[in-house]
Amino acid sequence: MKRTVFIYAVLVLLIFGVFLLSLQMGTMTIAPLEVLRTFMGSGTEEHALVLFEFRLPRMVIALLVGTGLAISGAILQSISRNELADPGILGINAGAGLGVVLFIYFVQGSYTALGGTAFFLPIFAFVGALTAAFLIYTLAWKKGVTPIRLLLVGIGINAGFTAILIVFQLRMNPNDFMQATVWLNGDIWGATWHETLATLPWMVLLIPLVMMQAKTLNVMRLGDPSAVSLGIKVERTRRRLLVLAVMLAGASVAVGGAISFLGLVAPHIARRMVGPRHQVMIPTAAMIGALILLFSDMISRNILSPSEIPVGIVVAILGAPYFLYLLMKTP
Amino acid sequence: MVDETSPTAKQQLRSKPMAVIMIMMAGTILLICAIVLSMSLGAANITPGTVWQAIFAYDDLLTEHQIIHEIRLPRVVGAVLVGSFLAVSGALMQGMTRNALAEPSIIGITDGAALALAIMFAFFSSVSYTGFLFAAFIGAGVGTALVFLVGSLAKGGLTPAKLALAGVTIGAFLSAISSGIAIYFDVAQDLSFWFAGGLAGMDWHRLQLILPVVVIGMVIALWLARSITILSLGKDVAQGLGQRTGVVRTMGIIAVMLMTGAAVAVAGTIGFIGLVIPHITRAFVGLDYRYIVPCSAILGSLLLVVADIVARLVNAPYETPVGAITALIGVPFFLYLARREGRGV
Repeated sequence: MKRTVFIYAVLVLLIFGVFLLSLQMGTMTIAPLEVLRTFMGSGTEEHALVLFEFRLPRMVIALLVGTGLAISGAILQSISRNELADPGILGINAGAGLGVVLFIYFVQGSYTALGGTAFFLPIFAFVGALTAAFLIYTLAWKKGVTPIRLLLVGIGINAGFTAILIVFQLRMNPNDFMQATVWLNGDIWGATWHETLATLPWMVLLIPLVMMQAKTLNVMRLGDPSAVSLGIKVERTRRRLLVLAVMLAGASVAVGGAISFLGLVAPHIARRMVGPRHQVMIPTAAMIGALILLFSDMISRNILSPSEIPVGIVVAILGAPYFLYLLMKTP
Repeated sequence: MVDETSPTAKQQLRSKPMAVIMIMMAGTILLICAIVLSMSLGAANITPGTVWQAIFAYDDLLTEHQIIHEIRLPRVVGAVLVGSFLAVSGALMQGMTRNALAEPSIIGITDGAALALAIMFAFFSSVSYTGFLFAAFIGAGVGTALVFLVGSLAKGGLTPAKLALAGVTIGAFLSAISSGIAIYFDVAQDLSFWFAGGLAGMDWHRLQLILPVVVIGMVIALWLARSITILSLGKDVAQGLGQRTGVVRTMGIIAVMLMTGAAVAVAGTIGFIGLVIPHITRAFVGLDYRYIVPCSAILGSLLLVVADIVARLVNAPYETPVGAITALIGVPFFLYLARREGRGV
């Protein structure tokens, strides 16, 4: 218990520290004192614009998306009982990716004049993600859904969607291709308050629902027979948890692009830090996800400034070595 | 983790000799038909009779004979080899890691090759084709070695779960770096074209380069098949039966690296075959890898030869990425199998 509190405290402090650091750093460096003054309302107009309209929405998005992907991954690893499961397995990334590629291929040209990209792209991504997840669940349904069938159908649909995606992507002109590639590598550049406000309600609503299921998740992780004998309606519970995971990941991917590695790795890191009990593991995973994404976003903005690299790339480059270290250290 | 000791899995362990014979015979016949079809269809349609003559009574004055000999024959041989490589590699991976999601690319092969190619495209784009080929192969080897090294250095040794996790992590790491290079140096589309997979440029020269690998990789795979079956029951069982699991795994990974590395180097990433053909084969012949390995090889070749025909014809004269076609042909069939009860694909 003491250890848990300690880990929580450290994570919160780290997130807070990175948050403060991230506010200052960017193409335009703003001194800590200036940041404070701007927040008090007495800073320059230029600083206020950069902080409130560019950096803050983007950082909030990073926190939300990191949290969403991490929790979604934690749920999926437990109900599929597979170490390699992540939101991508439910077709979230492939579905959202296909939605985005179709949007860029067919629709974008006719909307750019209206500045429609920023508004429509997340919607296409979200619809694509939900479509893929729905397809996978219905096709895996046969008097109930077993975890292994869910995984297998997930593989199949993922492969199919990715194939269609490649066919369209290779027919694009180089500009569109670049835009699609950047999106597929995870991207939170254009984040505005508009997107932040669209994502926030999902998280506020869904995360408490997940936490209410934490005990059930502990049991589900033991396998269907144990869960049934402990009085859990396995099928209905699994469906409910799946819907939660899909919603969380879908909302995250819609604004954050296909950030693939985070959902896989955050729950693993959390489990190695605090053990497998979901009451503790899920909040830890959420904080780790938020921390990694916030930090990666800061790096991706600054390392090749003024040009940016997709945040998903930074997540993998930063997260992988640490995870490998954990993997080698723990038996 | 897939629980392969469940009651249904035990039932499947009984081999199904009839199914094996059926697949071997029917698969081979279908494969031969597909090969003949593949050689006679194309921009110039050539009758099967002429195909026969071109192979067994080659006359280099006839254009048709030249087309067969220089373009179509190497291409179809390439498809047969690459298809079987990928399928067998996938079967070995799934057997060794006991994970239904395992495929050759999860041990860093594809991503290692991709990184090597990204570096080549960005910095040494004037190098010859053979240079690229070797770079891809070396990249594949380095990726695999990294995964294997990290997995082995881990406390508690190389467990299947660790191998899979280390593979996915290193894969993500390498592919992130190559995406970064690709985006920064603006070579993303070049890289994608290479990786979309294609048998278009297959010629005798490339086939010669991968021929030694064919022999070594396949021999190891067939020789290991029996041990893999035991290993797929779990490490404890395997060790209890006196198996040196470390040796089996190392040999298995070398075989996978050789075969997938060669396939990626000559034909890009052709997805789906390595992941799905072993599942399909297992649904037919049970869990004995002595049957799974050769049957996977035949079915993998068959799928790739057919997919290559479709890729050439569906949008002629342009070629559609063959990796996309293998997925589109394979997915419906795979979904059907996944839904069948009691087979537990």
